[in-house]
Amino acid sequence: MTSFVVRRLIASLVIFLAATYIMYVLTALSGDPLADLRTSTSPQKAQLIASRTALLHLDVPVYLRYFIWLGGVGKCFIGQCDLGVTIQNQPVTVLLAQAASSTLQLVTFASLTAIVLGLIVGITTALRQYSSYDYGVTFISFLFFSLPIFWVAVLLKQYLAIGFNDFLSSPDIPWWFVAVASPIAALLWAAILPFSGRNRLWTFLIALGATAGMLTYLKLTNWFTYPHIGVVGLLITGTAIAFGVTGISNGLRNRRALTASLIVVGIGVAIYFPFLYGFSFYLQPWSFALLAVVTLAAAFFIGWRMGKPDRAPVARTTVIVAFVMGLLITIDRLMYVWDDYSASERVKGRPIATIGAMTPGLEGSMWVHMLDTFTHLLLPTIALILISFATYTRYSRASLLEVMNHDYIRTARAKGLTERTVVVRHGFRNALIPIATIVAFDIGGIIGGAVITERVFGWKGMGALFQYGLDNVDPNPVMAFFVVTGSLAILFNLIADIVYAGLDPRIRLS
Amino acid sequence: MTRGTRPPMPEPAPSIAEETNENAIALKEVEGLSQGQIVRRRFSRHRGAVISMIALAAIVLLAFTSVGFVIGDWKVSGWWQYDWAEAVALENNGLPTMDLLRFVIGNHPFGQDEIGRDIFAVVMRGTQQSLMIMVIVGFIGTFLGTVIGAISGYYRGAVDGTLMRFTDIVITIPVIVIGAVLGRTVGIAGAPVLALVLGAVVWTGLARLVRAEFLSLREREFVDAARVAGARDGRIIFRHILPNAIGVIVVNATLLMAAAILIETGLSFLGYGVQSPDTSLGKIVSENQVAFSTRPWLFWWPGFFIIAIALCVNFIGDGLRDAFDPRQKRMPSLRALAKVKQGGSE
Repeated sequence: MTSFVVRRLIASLVIFLAATYIMYVLTALSGDPLADLRTSTSPQKAQLIASRTALLHLDVPVYLRYFIWLGGVGKCFIGQCDLGVTIQNQPVTVLLAQAASSTLQLVTFASLTAIVLGLIVGITTALRQYSSYDYGVTFISFLFFSLPIFWVAVLLKQYLAIGFNDFLSSPDIPWWFVAVASPIAALLWAAILPFSGRNRLWTFLIALGATAGMLTYLKLTNWFTYPHIGVVGLLITGTAIAFGVTGISNGLRNRRALTASLIVVGIGVAIYFPFLYGFSFYLQPWSFALLAVVTLAAAFFIGWRMGKPDRAPVARTTVIVAFVMGLLITIDRLMYVWDDYSASERVKGRPIATIGAMTPGLEGSMWVHMLDTFTHLLLPTIALILISFATYTRYSRASLLEVMNHDYIRTARAKGLTERTVVVRHGFRNALIPIATIVAFDIGGIIGGAVITERVFGWKGMGALFQYGLDNVDPNPVMAFFVVTGSLAILFNLIADIVYAGLDPRIRLS
Repeated sequence: MTRGTRPPMPEPAPSIAEETNENAIALKEVEGLSQGQIVRRRFSRHRGAVISMIALAAIVLLAFTSVGFVIGDWKVSGWWQYDWAEAVALENNGLPTMDLLRFVIGNHPFGQDEIGRDIFAVVMRGTQQSLMIMVIVGFIGTFLGTVIGAISGYYRGAVDGTLMRFTDIVITIPVIVIGAVLGRTVGIAGAPVLALVLGAVVWTGLARLVRAEFLSLREREFVDAARVAGARDGRIIFRHILPNAIGVIVVNATLLMAAAILIETGLSFLGYGVQSPDTSLGKIVSENQVAFSTRPWLFWWPGFFIIAIALCVNFIGDGLRDAFDPRQKRMPSLRALAKVKQGGSE
């Protein structure tokens, strides 16, 4: 395992070095870095040219200048990274540190969301092949494939952000909206859920009642001004999630798993009030992360203790349930500061941001800053995930269909396994193998999309750094961008390889 | 399989007799037809693909006949009254004159921009450029991918190692990044040069697929037979293996084209694609994004044409995939099945 990882890393590094060489030379040759000075009428023209030449080592031929840059990068190993200076003599290392965090946040957030959504939709469409749901999703994913990302981004800015902010300034759901939206939502549920005949009618009616009730609740409690999940909401969603996750992952017949996950939900509900009004005020980002780890570990412990004789699957279920519960409580905590955030002087009642990665000069607790990050991430993430979502949906659908036609699936059914076991354990696990490749491969596309998205939303991220360097024929910022994104791509490919070995016992990493 | 039945209930495993019947129908359908005929027939069954083909043809026709086109010094004028470069007096404050509900086209169906250029003419010119770039990128990318993949997969060994490491290097750089760097260098030389350069970086995925296909095909008996009969390498590659890999190549060529139009518009949007005075769909969107709140029509129409072209090409690719995939079996209708059964029992 270790030797495999090391060998893979070395091979990737060699390839990556070659790629950086190509990028460096191409960028350096893409124009004349002295163009603006040559046409200038400044009296010290010659002096300016000479100083820039010295600054960027322009007297060294491009083919060798690369190695000056590489030497600076090599210093990273002794802890003194030097990625060169920009054309205006700013150290790139400092610029990169500012730019990288926001872009990496965006890329990671978008990738994870796209993977989860794409997998869920892809698998449900494969299980209901040739249904109207399947055809609808197929068409929509083709549409998403064909959308230019910058065009979507501008539309989102115009309609989603500005429209939603306008709505939030006087948040009232009109009754006609309830009357129109409920049947539409009910129709969608009836199409998505796998029932037919009389059961489908019941699905429609239940969904109709639930949607209408929910919208009325949101309307009457003025929810959009004072958003909350609340302890009752937490209890209901938590129980539903416990049943859902156990049902998919262990089967509801496994009483131990169900009890364990219900206990996790109970603990979550029990710490809700102490958390909301008590210790959440003292949390710092690091202690929050620590708390998350402790929570997951505790859930694992509960699952492990209760899950005899089949511990691992039960522990997996409790960890997933605990994760979702933690997410819900965190969201509720963020909603708690929503009013403060929205009314604060910097935000001025327009919480969905269209520009930048954070509100400058915003003051408040960790939760306010977290909420601020999320409101800024919202639109770029939607723009970014649309395309990857389409890819993942198509691939996971095709992959699961392919797997489900194999003989061993027929065998699994013939020996009387439940449909859940056949799909989750025999089908889904094997379908994940090709998907892992696609996800690793797609990360380059997401980064490319991030360059465009950042520009539309005015983020000062790595895309801006890349463009700044390219516009000034200055390889150093471009290379800084490429080093970070390239290592990210290599990392994802390596993870994909390791995930293979986990998914497919026939593959041995040695 | 009917719509909306229960979910993945185990389908009743077909008995051997039934399976033979199904195969009989499938075989009967393709009896006496050449490979090309089978593919054409299957393709024409994919409704989305056929509609897309017609729509794409209509877009091409509209774009090239309406405002005419220029090839070198040879200029063909179209039937539309305005040129994409000329500015005329603002009419109706630049608002679109087209009203589909009342069947009115008017003088400026898509409106005008602030200096009075007719947006219909500009969008048509942009569509021409984007289409041309799409086709050139598709051809260059497919050609390079096929040749590199074929040589790599056929010769294996050191040749394969070298070529695939080179592919790995190119694949490490995101297309939009290397496209931006190259586009900044050559964009000023005009759209065709830009397309050639873009074609030179998008072949990597196809090369890997073709290589995999060649690796498995070269071990087959018919290749051995050809080699024993004394065929040279070139003949085996082009006459024996390539026709068998054509499905993969054609399908991916179309997907490449759909990607190409999005890459070109993205690059032009960033300012590294097509340069002024020439235009493309991405460039029109980029020029007008700040005017969105005041003149949204400058923004809607180019976007609509980008989506329409990309969507059509993607659907055609899907149709081709279905048509070329030999495992793709259409479920015979119950009636057809019953007919065969009757025929079998008689």
